[in-house]
Amino acid sequence: MAKGVRPRVKVPKSASAGDVITIKCLISHKMESGQRKDKDGNKIPRSIINNFTCTFNGETVIDVKMEPAISTNPYFEFDAKVPESGEFKFVWNDDDGSVYEETKAIEAA
Amino acid sequence: MEFTRRETLAVGAAAVVATALPLPALASTDDAIAAFTGGADVADGGVDLDAPEIAENGNTVPIEVGAEGAVSIMVLAAGNPTPGVATFNFGPMAGATRAKTRIRLAGTQDVVAVAKMADGSFAKTSKTVKVTIGGCGG
Repeated sequence: MAKGVRPRVKVPKSASAGDVITIKCLISHKMESGQRKDKDGNKIPRSIINNFTCTFNGETVIDVKMEPAISTNPYFEFDAKVPESGEFKFVWNDDDGSVYEETKAIEAA
Repeated sequence: MEFTRRETLAVGAAAVVATALPLPALASTDDAIAAFTGGADVADGGVDLDAPEIAENGNTVPIEVGAEGAVSIMVLAAGNPTPGVATFNFGPMAGATRAKTRIRLAGTQDVVAVAKMADGSFAKTSKTVKVTIGGCGG
């Protein structure tokens, strides 16, 4: 597992049923592109998060396939429907097989 | 083999020119689009692509893509060593088919967004971004 990986997700605590909310998420990760060279001229191997998904009660909101051109500390902002109370689940898949997860509950009135 | 002073200068200058040449690999961008669309026709326009005209730092360029009725949107950077950036697939719980992220750009180049619509058609928009400091190391 890459060091110092910490997901941060911003989801409103409550919404009216049927609302569309904006979710912002950021995960700290160096996203080594595989293009850079160290001072001896050797290529630094690629090490990125290659996939990100967000689901609400098991149904997909967004699924992002990521390439090395995504910046360090990948950030995503997108919209989601909230038809009922439930839980958002965020999953990041690292090149090295690590999986980082975060969940956020939301109350729909 | 010995170089005279003049030859050494010439070789040095040639090396500088070689490294300064732009790296665009347009063919691979077309390949990436073809792989995404399966060879289908791509209409111009119909995709919202919001990117800054001038990005001071190519390491983190904020972009936003969106398209009404899209099921997935692929973003490409035509002038990067590898053109792929990201592919956004929108699920049934997506509130709007748009997303924001931050990307790396190696230099001044076109950013391309290709959207796959729910009816199976494709649309494409591109935008030139000027980059003052490249973001792909090297």
